[in-house]
Amino acid sequence: MKSGSNLEKVIASGKPAVTAELGPPMSADPHEVIKKAQMLKGFCDAANITDCQTAVVRISSIAAAAIAFQQGLEPVMQMTCRDRNRIAMQADLLGAAALGLKNCLCLAGDHQKFSAAGRLKGHPGAKNVYDVDTCQLVGILKKMRDESKQDGGDPLEVAPKFFIGASWTPMADPIDFRPINLMKKVNAGADFIQTQGIYDMSLFREQMAKIRNMGLHEKTAILAGIIVPKSAMMLKYMDSSVAGVSVPKSLIDRMNKAKEAAGEDKKKARELQEQEGTKIAIELIHQALETPGVKGVHIQAIEWESAIEGIVKAAGLYPRPIWSEPTASA
Amino acid sequence: MIVGQQKPFDEIWGMVKGFKKVLVFGCNTCVAICHAGGEKEAETIASLIRMRAQQEGKQMTVNHLGVMRHCEPEYFDPVMDEVKKYDLVLSTACGVGVNFLSDRTGTIPVYPGINTSFYGAVEAPGLFKELCAGCGNCIVHMTGGICPIARCAKTLMNGPCGGTNKGKCEVGNEIDCAWYLIVERMKKLGTLEKLSEVLPPRNWATSRDGGPRRISLEHIREYEEKEAAKAGK
Ligand code: SF4
Ligand code: SF4
Repeated sequence: MKSGSNLEKVIASGKPAVTAELGPPMSADPHEVIKKAQMLKGFCDAANITDCQTAVVRISSIAAAAIAFQQGLEPVMQMTCRDRNRIAMQADLLGAAALGLKNCLCLAGDHQKFSAAGRLKGHPGAKNVYDVDTCQLVGILKKMRDESKQDGGDPLEVAPKFFIGASWTPMADPIDFRPINLMKKVNAGADFIQTQGIYDMSLFREQMAKIRNMGLHEKTAILAGIIVPKSAMMLKYMDSSVAGVSVPKSLIDRMNKAKEAAGEDKKKARELQEQEGTKIAIELIHQALETPGVKGVHIQAIEWESAIEGIVKAAGLYPRPIWSEPTASA
Repeated sequence: MIVGQQKPFDEIWGMVKGFKKVLVFGCNTCVAICHAGGEKEAETIASLIRMRAQQEGKQMTVNHLGVMRHCEPEYFDPVMDEVKKYDLVLSTACGVGVNFLSDRTGTIPVYPGINTSFYGAVEAPGLFKELCAGCGNCIVHMTGGICPIARCAKTLMNGPCGGTNKGKCEVGNEIDCAWYLIVERMKKLGTLEKLSEVLPPRNWATSRDGGPRRISLEHIREYEEKEAAKAGK
């Protein structure tokens, strides 16, 4: 075992892994993290704790991960390259490992421009860092773990033992480079991969065929991203505006139908769309897991963590295997 | 070339209105090409200041001047006596020119008339694009001649982020994704496999992060010193 994390153990067992996502709040209140952790606990093998997603200031990934961990939910701390240089990154990694965290997902991070959206002012004028990129951050984690060395070469008496993850957008432009992109992350040391949300399963399968030809599915555990659709509007938005996501018209039509079936009743329209969205998510989970080379699913119910229990159960992925009770290190 | 943009006139007025004798001093190289701070623009700004001063009933003498380059002393040395007659120089040279002149004007302040923006090129008449960030360690032989440091919003070294959308950067639809361009270009060059290698973290010490940089060409300095000594004899 590289890290001994629950997620690593599930993946090593060959059973399909399930990860979920927990978004920390925009305040110093730990209760929201606790509440969401309780909702997710038992229904996933580990939950990603986002790192200031869309560049919005929230409880830091590490702090929220430590809180979730105390609740018995195994976290995957996320680390973006946007906000820290290699000094801060490594300091945070040492700290996170000292707190008992065992999974880390590396990603570039959304540009700070996205923090000003809707009613949020955000910090679009912030300076971004990008001292290192995702591949390089993966390499730093690997070097720390496997060689007990900081990136600069100084020794680490106690190495942080992380199960190293990276994100992958299989279907974004330039699409023929995306398999190479994945290969670089794997060669840098990514033990597991979580993909961008997938709706267009046939296109994803085309990309996965290339990945299998390259043998990458054997070197890393690919967890297919499933974003639970909540409304027809959300699906349309994802299709038109989110990079690397295309939503087949048939899915949008299904959500539209669910919405229309409620007539003027807005509450009912919401409920029917949520029901249909849940159904779609379950179908996508099955299709993803039937795709050769896929080792699990990463289910994101954005600001809707309560949906995970039902989805995981209905998808036949419950109960989750228990390998070790995660215990807080304190 | 260095590309800049004229500051909003109200900001310029805010800087100059407290002074009696103002010289608007243009530079006729890069910033003239981008229509920001050449002698012609300096002249326009000077007349705008005069008009505003008149409107507000202020007594001000405002003139303009331009030289070829603000980054080499021999170009402005001949006009330094003239420059020193003013109590403010509003330089419309790039930031280099503003600093360089400021180091040489004693008690006379030098204020910036333009916002120096980037190292770029003339993409089309009136359209300028950033192409290099002066990182001090050029690597574009590995990226199809396209710079990921200046042209990728995240200075990514190992390929595109997940935000590339139809060839455009996630930061804005008007910005080309550098990595999209790099991949397409390297496909054409038949060198795409070069991108398979993981580039390690960069040494940014050659860039701004190493502190202000200087380059010293010893052979030229020695030669100049010798010549100066000879002339002194
Ligand atoms: S790699 Fe550095 S020197 Fe080369 S074009 Fe980019 S910023 Fe300029
Ligand atoms: S979209 Fe392209 S240019 Fe923009 S940050 Fe991502 S990789 Fe860089």
